[in-house]
Amino acid sequence: MRKPFLRPLAAALLVPVAMLSGCGGDSDGTGSGGSGGGGGDTIKVGVLHSLSGTMSISEVTVKNSELMAIDEINAKGGVLGKKIQPVVEDGASDWPTFAQKAQKLIKKDKVATVFGGWTSASRKAMLPVFERNKALLWYPVQYEGLESSPYIFYTGATTNQQIVPALDYLKEKGRKKLYLVGSDYVFPRTANKIIKAYAKANGMQIVGEEYTPLGHTEYSTLVNKIGEAKPDAVFNTLNGDSNVAFFKQFRSAGYDAAKLPVMSVSIAEEEVKGIGVDNVKGQLVAWNYYETTPGATNEAFVKAFQSKYKGAVTSDPMEAGYNAVHLWAAAVEKAGTTDVAAVKKAAAGISLDTPEGKVTIDGENQHVYKTARIGVVQPDGLIKEVWSSGKPIKPDPYLKTYPWATGLS
Amino acid sequence: MSARLRGYALFAGVAALALVVAPLVLPAFRLDELAKYLCFAIAALGIGLAWGQGGMLTLGQGVFFGLGGYAMAMYLKLHDADGDLPDFMVWSGVEKLPALWKPFESPVVAVVAVVAVPVAVATLLGVLVFRQRVRGAYFAILTQALAAAFGILIVGQQALTGGTNGLTNFYDFFGQDPEADSTQRTMYYVTAVVLGVLYLAARQLVKSRFGRLLVAVRDGEDRVRFLGYNPATVKTVTFAVSAGMAGIAGALFVPVVGIISPSLLDVVPSLELVVAVAVGGRYTLAGAILGAVAMNYAKTSFSEQWAGGWLYLEGALFIVVMTLAPKGAIGLYEQARDALARRRAPAAPAVPVGKEAAA
Amino acid sequence: MESLLNQLPVGLSIGAVLLLIALGLTFTFGQMGVINMAHGEFIMAGSYTAYMLQDWAGGEAVIVALPVAFAVAGALGWVLERAAIRHFYGRPLDTLLLTWGVSLVLQQAARDLFGAPNVQVVAPSWLTGRIELLGGNLPYARLFIMALAAACVVGIWAYMDRSRQGRRMRAVMQNRELAAVSGVATGRVDQLTFFIGSGLAGVAGVALTLIGPVGPSIGTYYIVDAFLVVVAGGLGQLRGAVIAAVALGMLNSYAEFWTDASLAKVIVFAVIVGFLQFRPQGLFVLRSRALT
Repeated sequence: MRKPFLRPLAAALLVPVAMLSGCGGDSDGTGSGGSGGGGGDTIKVGVLHSLSGTMSISEVTVKNSELMAIDEINAKGGVLGKKIQPVVEDGASDWPTFAQKAQKLIKKDKVATVFGGWTSASRKAMLPVFERNKALLWYPVQYEGLESSPYIFYTGATTNQQIVPALDYLKEKGRKKLYLVGSDYVFPRTANKIIKAYAKANGMQIVGEEYTPLGHTEYSTLVNKIGEAKPDAVFNTLNGDSNVAFFKQFRSAGYDAAKLPVMSVSIAEEEVKGIGVDNVKGQLVAWNYYETTPGATNEAFVKAFQSKYKGAVTSDPMEAGYNAVHLWAAAVEKAGTTDVAAVKKAAAGISLDTPEGKVTIDGENQHVYKTARIGVVQPDGLIKEVWSSGKPIKPDPYLKTYPWATGLS
Repeated sequence: MSARLRGYALFAGVAALALVVAPLVLPAFRLDELAKYLCFAIAALGIGLAWGQGGMLTLGQGVFFGLGGYAMAMYLKLHDADGDLPDFMVWSGVEKLPALWKPFESPVVAVVAVVAVPVAVATLLGVLVFRQRVRGAYFAILTQALAAAFGILIVGQQALTGGTNGLTNFYDFFGQDPEADSTQRTMYYVTAVVLGVLYLAARQLVKSRFGRLLVAVRDGEDRVRFLGYNPATVKTVTFAVSAGMAGIAGALFVPVVGIISPSLLDVVPSLELVVAVAVGGRYTLAGAILGAVAMNYAKTSFSEQWAGGWLYLEGALFIVVMTLAPKGAIGLYEQARDALARRRAPAAPAVPVGKEAAA
Repeated sequence: MESLLNQLPVGLSIGAVLLLIALGLTFTFGQMGVINMAHGEFIMAGSYTAYMLQDWAGGEAVIVALPVAFAVAGALGWVLERAAIRHFYGRPLDTLLLTWGVSLVLQQAARDLFGAPNVQVVAPSWLTGRIELLGGNLPYARLFIMALAAACVVGIWAYMDRSRQGRRMRAVMQNRELAAVSGVATGRVDQLTFFIGSGLAGVAGVALTLIGPVGPSIGTYYIVDAFLVVVAGGLGQLRGAVIAAVALGMLNSYAEFWTDASLAKVIVFAVIVGFLQFRPQGLFVLRSRALT
């Protein structure tokens, strides 16, 4: 006599199927794409960031600023006379999860658009989902360029609005020998490719290029290598916790901003505290927005955010996420509908006064015109602007207008 | 009706449920999610075999999952590129197709590699490790380090592997658009059938002489050696089979979810698979499947409700299961059934139902 | 050539970090066969102890925190041992999964208590200098970690080799049953062992605030390395752990120097697997007649 060995298997499949069908019952399953979201008197939008896992440190605040923008719009009567209803999803710092949650938002919740993503990997994972379903994604973080999907709006900086101005600044200051330090993933590698091309054309020298795994915490060998290469500036594209270890060990080896300046492109106001102000004060960063950026719009933004989240600082990606929501709302108002094709068409050329100043959507590549700003970390942990491009720079994700960049893309 | 017949009837019932009912009642996108769980279930089945039956706690199953997934994804990428370089290579400044990619232009090679590469790697590792009688905790830690090293390697070789982004954005899966509802439906059927077939095969393996030897190795490796068998061979073969299953799971995962990336194959996802198997019940193959499906379902739905809470729940569930019910959900079910049977027939003599054989 | 010498102190200091994070494990894993995946989170507890003490001790928090963190992490370990692990002796693989669950809960708890972002622990001002050595320089923070690691090793050695309690501990490790029938209260020895092992993780956590981030996920950065040191050194072998840590530190530093950080990790792993081919039980083996 045998055991009925397959009975447990039945349970294995029965339970989830029953549950899945329960929660999926409100959807007809045809997945007609993201042009809907306008049924009833609310408009659903998706907010898709990592709320758990390693990336949640950064992404939770972006989610908060996006929700604040939605609240602001709703307080003024919403868009097209309808309230915006956010559907918040967790990407869990895991790229396949981002793809699946994007699919859920589009097909099940039938959202009008999605605001989300942080890492390039999460964007690349979501991209096919949005392109196939002809739905819209607003991506709020500076990134490595070389992309221009017709179904994504990029409200963060592309390379010619962050990396290139940072190099211009270093060149202006007479820094000729650069050492490149980055985490081992797409953004640093692409950024460094651009930096090398720029250096070649501008008489600068790259004396070293090193990548460390994400989450790496041992930088003594690397600091030693930097010491031997004797650069006059370090260009830092490290990500997350590695910055803390790098700056601590960099400083305890005797380097500070006066001796060897470090230009960082992934350290914003929020990260400064974790690194320790002492370890990073006086160092350079490149963004489009700082909490200290002047202007009434920013003052209102900072005030609103800090009254909602006590003790919080505002940073560039948060501001870009906040802008994304307002830009989308403006485009919907202009189009008179949430239909994706109409919104895309209406978005071209839309201009808004945002905390960072005036931004305009470029209709061609769906990036935005942004002002580049170089800042210095202050002893109080905030960042002070020391240089700006003066006016918004036209986005150029493929660096087509830069002769030295031919052959990069 | 004999228990055996009942068992087959039940399997048929589950199969009908999975193949007929689920596609009818579930919307396309939920069906796709279920297909993803079934992919993990295939990998979990392999763990159930290696760990539950063979006592080899493998914390590096993600490596084999990844190898299978990358083999499939490399073919799809090349097929999409149609003679050109895949898009990410262009970004990374690669000018000529690397030699490693060349063989994957052929779909046949790719499909064979899905199983062959993980099996080869596992065999090599098994031969090296088991022959030296590295076992138990050592083996677990070694496989975990393997997963960590493999993840770092994949991420580091961006020009070759796509780095952290992994491989994504496929347009053509053997003539179908992988994002189309109809393809996803087909993929669901394929995954479910593969799982069913592998389950039956694994079950056959466990019931065979080899399976008995395997359990004997688990429970007393040295005694098996004294009896003249070579436990290293038994373990290596089982480990290779489980690696092959993980490879198949990875390959199916690629069209189902549309991406393979290093985040699927390093330490944490490998551990999560083991967790799922333990929760479901490691000593039965069905328990492994149940665990994988249920845990992944719980993860998805829980993170839709309360993101931070999932870690508490997963951790707590795990502590409770390991402390109170080390045999997992299936173990609990069996305990309850036996208790019930005893109450119903207090006078009946002990039937050899309770044989702690693999089921 | 100069650069080669330069890497020597770097290798030593990496070795000291590895030793510090692995020392506690030689106790819990080596002596009791418990694979404590929550060891990384005990390190984290030590780091946060230093962070919490800053309000009170200011710049000297790191020094003050050393004994406190030992007690805090030790207490956490003791609770874990009492509440769960004592039911698991003889099932090392199950302890691995159990403690992994614990580590998940502790990580999320840290996230809820202290917030997801990293926090800052200010190093004492007298630890910010450095000395010139062999053409390179060696920060005081690194010297401090080396000294601390050395002090821990000496302390443990003295305890194990010279004290009665330590002798009991070794007796239990070598033959639990025989120790028990000889009148050693094995349960109490287990508690103490776990307390010390976990406490050492807390000490490591304090030291690591000098060179690394302080956040909810730091445990995950160190745990795999720590286990590799113990595996390479041999179970329960203090000298094995010391030699393995220094050797791996050197290997790491030179491999990274010649290649890059990613490849260095892969190389280290390959070397360990290769090494276990020759010494499957690690550098030093505890002689025993027991089967399995």
